[in-house]
Amino acid sequence: MKNLLDRRKFLKGGLASGVLASVLGTGKKASAEHSFEGYPDSMGVLVDLSKCIGCRTCEAACNKEQELPAPDKPFDDMSVFDEIRHGQKRRTSEKAYTVVNRYDVPGHDGPVFRKFQCNHCNEPGCLSSCFVNAYTKTPEGAVIYNEKVCVGCRTCMIACPFYVPAYQYSSPINPVIKKCKMCYDTRLKFGRPPACVEACPQEVMTFGKRRDLIKLGHERIQGNPGKYIDHIYGEKEVGGTAWMYLSSVPFSEVGFNTELGDQPIINYVKEFLTVVPMVLTIWPALFTGFHLLARRKENQKTTTPSDRNA
Amino acid sequence: MSKKIITGGLALLALMLLTIQPAAHAMEGPETATLDTLTNLFEAVSFNHAMHVDVAANDCSVCHHHTTGTKVTDERCARCHKNSGETSSVACRDCHPADPFSAEHLQKIADAPLLYHIDQPGLKGAYHRKCLGCHKEMGAPSECEACHKRTEKGDAFYRSGKFAPAAGNEHASE
Repeated sequence: MKNLLDRRKFLKGGLASGVLASVLGTGKKASAEHSFEGYPDSMGVLVDLSKCIGCRTCEAACNKEQELPAPDKPFDDMSVFDEIRHGQKRRTSEKAYTVVNRYDVPGHDGPVFRKFQCNHCNEPGCLSSCFVNAYTKTPEGAVIYNEKVCVGCRTCMIACPFYVPAYQYSSPINPVIKKCKMCYDTRLKFGRPPACVEACPQEVMTFGKRRDLIKLGHERIQGNPGKYIDHIYGEKEVGGTAWMYLSSVPFSEVGFNTELGDQPIINYVKEFLTVVPMVLTIWPALFTGFHLLARRKENQKTTTPSDRNA
Repeated sequence: MSKKIITGGLALLALMLLTIQPAAHAMEGPETATLDTLTNLFEAVSFNHAMHVDVAANDCSVCHHHTTGTKVTDERCARCHKNSGETSSVACRDCHPADPFSAEHLQKIADAPLLYHIDQPGLKGAYHRKCLGCHKEMGAPSECEACHKRTEKGDAFYRSGKFAPAAGNEHASE
């Protein structure tokens, strides 16, 4: 009985010291922690939804630039706007890194079109979640990924707050993740805008340095009183994204999640993740020690029985 | 005889001047303008400028920000430009760049910190916003091909016409 209590005490002590260590550890991390503002000269795109006419030219340009498989329907077929799958409008897929959807907003004159694709976060959830480091945030602003190391675990699909990474379900042998790369390989790294931006007839998208686009976006809001919702979606959402949006209707009406908060996805798991290495390295040694100590007493008990037990 | 011809000629000239004068500023524009920045996908547009001058009732400022004959009317422009004189050029392409997102153009803007017009659409954006915006308002045709016919390369780009995906492929990815 006494031995059992002793063991309990040991365990309690162990837990207490473990908790203390973890608190100290995270405390240190928290003080060193600062939010990453993104690369200073990184590029971005400001998408003005009020200018989109739903012509799908951006989708065609993306398909050509990224050499994607043939679409299900021609890019001038507007019946795609009526497609509903699993109760949802069209999403990005292995065959389409960007899609345009149509929204009928009550009280708004005419339909509103929304183009979306990877938003290229400053601190991407996909990148944080990938255990093979397939993702890279480049100084130019793109979130690219390395298909060669992708093991197809699909964790990034869950980590992405925008549900952007798509799985290559068509490949039974080696399925990988497919998503918009901001045309990094073919354009962005040479200082050119993504193909969709260049192709858009309405110039819905403005390409430039992210910090310039934020200024420009606010000026556009101020310069056209009453036209826009006073918010740039992506300026602060999930720590800021390279692709940002202006809209004349509430963002929640056109498929945007307005409840994501301003914290990067990594911040929700940072504290937990800092404990993991400590648990993995300290705890095995610690508890092996406790175990041996406890067993030592038991061993002593069997070899030289003490008076009080007799 | 020759005197008669001269006076007749002068009278005719005076008549011509009289009839032309009221619409002189409108007539300075071209009869047609060829818009050919998208010729890789679409045929060049032969824009009937004269017809649109009639539609706009000779008011150039309906389409042009600043032009010969009419004062700046947009109140945002007038804040600075209400006393601005005529500009040397009124062609869209003389201000709106064909390559608004090229590294060179972005650098040009970055190098001019006092530049007010940083949110200037490129030529393609300016054309489409202005033309299509008005066409929709006026109930004029607003389909892409109502203004510019697609080329074969354009059909391939949009995967349309003879480049359309085969039927039955529609649900292949589901």
